Amino acid sequence: MAVVEAIELRRLYRTATGTLRRRKLEVEAVRGIDFAVERGELFGLLGPNGAGKTTTIKILVTLLLPTSGTARVLGFDVVRDTREVRRRVGFVFGGERGLYDRLSGLDNLRYFAELYGVPPREQRRRIAELLELVGLAGRERERVEGYSRGMRQRLHVARGLLHDPEVLFLDEPTLGLDPVGARELRRTIAGLTAAGKTILLTTHYMFEADALCDRIAVLSHGEIVAEGTPSELKARVAEGRVVEIEVFGVAEERLDALRRLEGVKSVAVEEREQAQVLLVQAEMGVEVTPLVLAHLDGASVGRVSYREPTLEDAYVALVS
Amino acid sequence: MNALRVFWLSWVLNLRLLSQSLFFVLISVFQPVIFASIAFYMWRAGGREGTLLYVSIGAGLMGMWSATLFGSGGLIVWQRWQRTLELLVAAPPRFVVTMLPFTVATASLGLYSMVATLAWGRLLFDVPLHFEHPLMFAVAVAVTVLGLGVLGLVFASTFVFYRHANAFSNVLEYPVWLASGVLVPVSLLPAFVEPLSWVLAPTWGVRAMRDAAFGGDPLPELAACVALTLVYFGLAWVGAANFERLARKHATLSLT
Repeated sequence: MAVVEAIELRRLYRTATGTLRRRKLEVEAVRGIDFAVERGELFGLLGPNGAGKTTTIKILVTLLLPTSGTARVLGFDVVRDTREVRRRVGFVFGGERGLYDRLSGLDNLRYFAELYGVPPREQRRRIAELLELVGLAGRERERVEGYSRGMRQRLHVARGLLHDPEVLFLDEPTLGLDPVGARELRRTIAGLTAAGKTILLTTHYMFEADALCDRIAVLSHGEIVAEGTPSELKARVAEGRVVEIEVFGVAEERLDALRRLEGVKSVAVEEREQAQVLLVQAEMGVEVTPLVLAHLDGASVGRVSYREPTLEDAYVALVS
Repeated sequence: MNALRVFWLSWVLNLRLLSQSLFFVLISVFQPVIFASIAFYMWRAGGREGTLLYVSIGAGLMGMWSATLFGSGGLIVWQRWQRTLELLVAAPPRFVVTMLPFTVATASLGLYSMVATLAWGRLLFDVPLHFEHPLMFAVAVAVTVLGLGVLGLVFASTFVFYRHANAFSNVLEYPVWLASGVLVPVSLLPAFVEPLSWVLAPTWGVRAMRDAAFGGDPLPELAACVALTLVYFGLAWVGAANFERLARKHATLSLT
């Protein structure tokens, strides 16, 4: 039995704009997604901002109701069996908030340990273990308002693990961390998987998903556009090549025209100082460079180079 | 047992959180002076029956109500802003159980307001502090704190769903002062106010305190206050479950 299951899961947000003339808006953040996470697996939901990753996690940890579809965690329905799910899962949201800043790290952990019913006799040992695990031992009596972003994030992880949950949901846990802090946190997450936890992780960093996840589902505009192991996803773009073209001031409409060209799988743009670098992924055996350059007629073009596709390119191709 | 531990720890932590807020400390220092002054000048200008202590107790309850009202409203807004509201909602205990110690903690700080108002009244306006039944007075204050805390919980349960509901709480401050007769006897107000006063815990709380202070029997009022507290708790229980569900449906637990 899958530990986490989403079946035809949908979530619609209704908002309104304007003061006198109210205009109702509907945004479908999650559009009928299906996936299953097996016991002990580290499953990644990968996608750009607004793809529906956080909405999916919030449904699974019972903070949002789905508009339709079913979601189950450890066999418990997230709508019907809310309290059963809450007892068994831990979750960590990225960002600086979600802690009581005026209290110490230790007080934060003590409070949530009580809320999650950690027996008083175990609390001291459990908190000490977790502080050690996340590298905050010795800093626990300081107020959280004095913690760095990385320390806060690690405290979040410790909080999420207090009750030793079977399933852990991590929503962009390395968001905003410096490279060293992010690497340390990834090491902690890898250690949790090794200890047998089932983890669902969201991220928009391809390399992070590649380094950590057993399987990945790529979300784009609320839909799963690809699912598989990192190697399977890489294999999708293993054929063909990437043309990198340095340009200056190319408008979005012209990029759209490039995307429609025959033999072009995807076009992404990287801003590098004043220049833009177009990353054009071509199909196997198709030489698209002359065609692309012809469509850039009039624009200032710099260096043109070729390279083999990477995992990042696979991701860009999938979400474009 | 665990519920009691959660209650105790949450209560202590919230008192600590509030006492570290400079804004809250300043309000706590100045508000009792203002309320004590209002009570004194109303008493002097009105030529009302009763002693100055009678009015001073009412002024103290004004402070308790303000602390509870703003504490409960602000609490949810602040938790939402801090992004801890989602953590509390997603924790295993029922939300009403998680929130109760927070609202009782804010009401407990209202206790300070009562003490400070009486003290300022004594220092600035020479209000005599003589209580016929000091023990019963203390019991009456404790029961009123609990009643106010649970009334705050009723409000807090709605604020979980309505992001801007705390603005509504500002409007409730003066009407409840008036309707519960803490400063002006309810009999002076329009007739429709009286039935309204019966369903307000402060009405019975202030009567119980005054009876204890002046030698009456506060037990019937205390019983009414306890009964209302239980009713409020029932309302908060049902309200919190429904508003939590609505908040999950309409995605109002977080700011974005």
